[in-house]
Amino acid sequence: MGQLEIEKISDTTFVLQMGPHHPATHGVLKLWCEFEGERVINIKPDVGYLHRGVEKLSESKTYPGAMTLTDRLDYISSMTNNIGYCLTVERLMGIEPPRRAKFIRTIVSEMTRLSSHLLWLATHALDIGAMTVFLYAFREREQILQFFEKICGARLTVSYPRIGGVRVDIEKNVLDEIDKFMDEMLRRVDEYETLLTENRIWLSRTKGVGQITAEEAVSLGLTGPALRGSGVYYDIRKLMPYDAYPEVEFEVPLGENGDTYDRYLCRIREMRQSALIVKQCIEKMPEGEVLSEKSPDIDIPHQGKRKIEAGDSLWSGFIAFSQEKHDLMPKGEIYSAIEAPKGELGFYIVSDGSGRPYRMRVRAPSFIHISAIPKLCEGHLLADVIAIIGTLDIVMGEADR
Amino acid sequence: MAQEIERVLEEEPLAPQPSTFSSCHQPSTSFLCHSEGAKATEESLKIAFTLKEQFPGEVIEIKEFRGQVSVIVTSDKIREILAYLKEQQGFNHLQDLCGVDYAPEKPRFEVVYNLYSIWRRLHIRVRAKVEEENAEIDSVTDLWPGANWHERECFDMFGIRFIGHPDLRRILMPEDWNGYPLRKDYPLKGKELWIGFREIIESPSGEEKK
Repeated sequence: MGQLEIEKISDTTFVLQMGPHHPATHGVLKLWCEFEGERVINIKPDVGYLHRGVEKLSESKTYPGAMTLTDRLDYISSMTNNIGYCLTVERLMGIEPPRRAKFIRTIVSEMTRLSSHLLWLATHALDIGAMTVFLYAFREREQILQFFEKICGARLTVSYPRIGGVRVDIEKNVLDEIDKFMDEMLRRVDEYETLLTENRIWLSRTKGVGQITAEEAVSLGLTGPALRGSGVYYDIRKLMPYDAYPEVEFEVPLGENGDTYDRYLCRIREMRQSALIVKQCIEKMPEGEVLSEKSPDIDIPHQGKRKIEAGDSLWSGFIAFSQEKHDLMPKGEIYSAIEAPKGELGFYIVSDGSGRPYRMRVRAPSFIHISAIPKLCEGHLLADVIAIIGTLDIVMGEADR
Repeated sequence: MAQEIERVLEEEPLAPQPSTFSSCHQPSTSFLCHSEGAKATEESLKIAFTLKEQFPGEVIEIKEFRGQVSVIVTSDKIREILAYLKEQQGFNHLQDLCGVDYAPEKPRFEVVYNLYSIWRRLHIRVRAKVEEENAEIDSVTDLWPGANWHERECFDMFGIRFIGHPDLRRILMPEDWNGYPLRKDYPLKGKELWIGFREIIESPSGEEKK
């Protein structure tokens, strides 16, 4: 902990600079904390260390090109970022992906939710002191990443979805493997619960920590499991359904106390629901194309579905977006959000009719969640600050963009 | 109207079945409307027109695009307009707040508020026009504390000042940065080296002087 600097202001309070390179801040987050004894008086989060200007950069890229930037937002769940972006552009253009593509997207986004929640569980438990969970959770996460590799060849920054569908189809044997893995996953979630849910240390470290009421949580802009832990029924998969979510049945777990423990239970139960959604999707998977005919994307030809011809698929998509005048993009603006593992991931795109976004705004859940840290930490101990950072499930790549 | 909303809020408890944690609230299908459903758009349009009745001088235009309703307003009474939408119409969730630069149009900037009502399941967008000279707009941090960092980012990227903001500082860029990166006249590669860079290089010890 070489980064800890202690500064004394008066006899009773002192200032501690936590981060930006602290193992428990989950990235380059700096917290300026003032303590009285061990109790927090004031906390000021400082972000921006990972700012890469994604919003500015995307203004200079074509619509398909800007998608690769979204991979790098929340880099542990790049699949959902891509889907959120593609969905926004699709809604802007007024095209719809084929039904099979919708199911594939639902499968991969739920698998992303699983892998993201596994990483959250691993690091959250490790921060609080339960090392075993870390090793188990990473074992399953590795398997999910291997599935991603089988589906699209990439593990982390996938760029798998496309505007108007997905890049390649999932093969039948991979689907069967995923189906088998989901059965195993359900058992594994039970195993994690035996380690934590009734664990005495876990309970005393999480119960009543970072408590927030539903009204406060809404006004602070918390979303995702952080909001549902307070008992607010706000899940974009249900409220503003996209992809194949209207066709599958699932429950939205809600907490009641709004503390760290309830948020933990929410996420654990969400993992079960995710596994069940994937199983349902595989069962109901329709046949057909995976990329819409109207898709203007630069498509990588696969299995002879799209041939490379000069002036055809590969180039037509690229040229279409590079040209000054074309009729692909209408003028207008759209906000569309998806339920990313961390919360509401929204994209606000202003189009001026050209092939490049005039303005792309990313509403990143982690950014808002970090701004809620001072409120959540009120009156807590230093050790609880670590638990609160963990429970918000923040990723700095997304917060700083 | 306010009482009506309150009644709705009471009828729809925040935690539908608090006795059992795992049990989940399944909304009835009639209530489940797509954000882009025709019914929801109609409702949002109705609200937009009520807003125009309430603030005839401020509402410039009502637009509908792909099922989403935007209300373009002047920035003078933005706090009152949003307070009305929040308190009277139940738009309790500020999804997003961001700036857009429409240079060389006049007025140049726009501050965009995407609002959502969790209980009514409606979306509405308020776009406030902001002049380039004297780029100021009222802060809404007292309505939504979550707007705090959004507004700071908007200030950081566009230089729009939010009156009444408790802590208006740069957030993503360094505090001594020159210029506002997301403005259209700001080049992609940046204008100049960061000021602090030269200070560090030229200082004999290699450390930043304060």
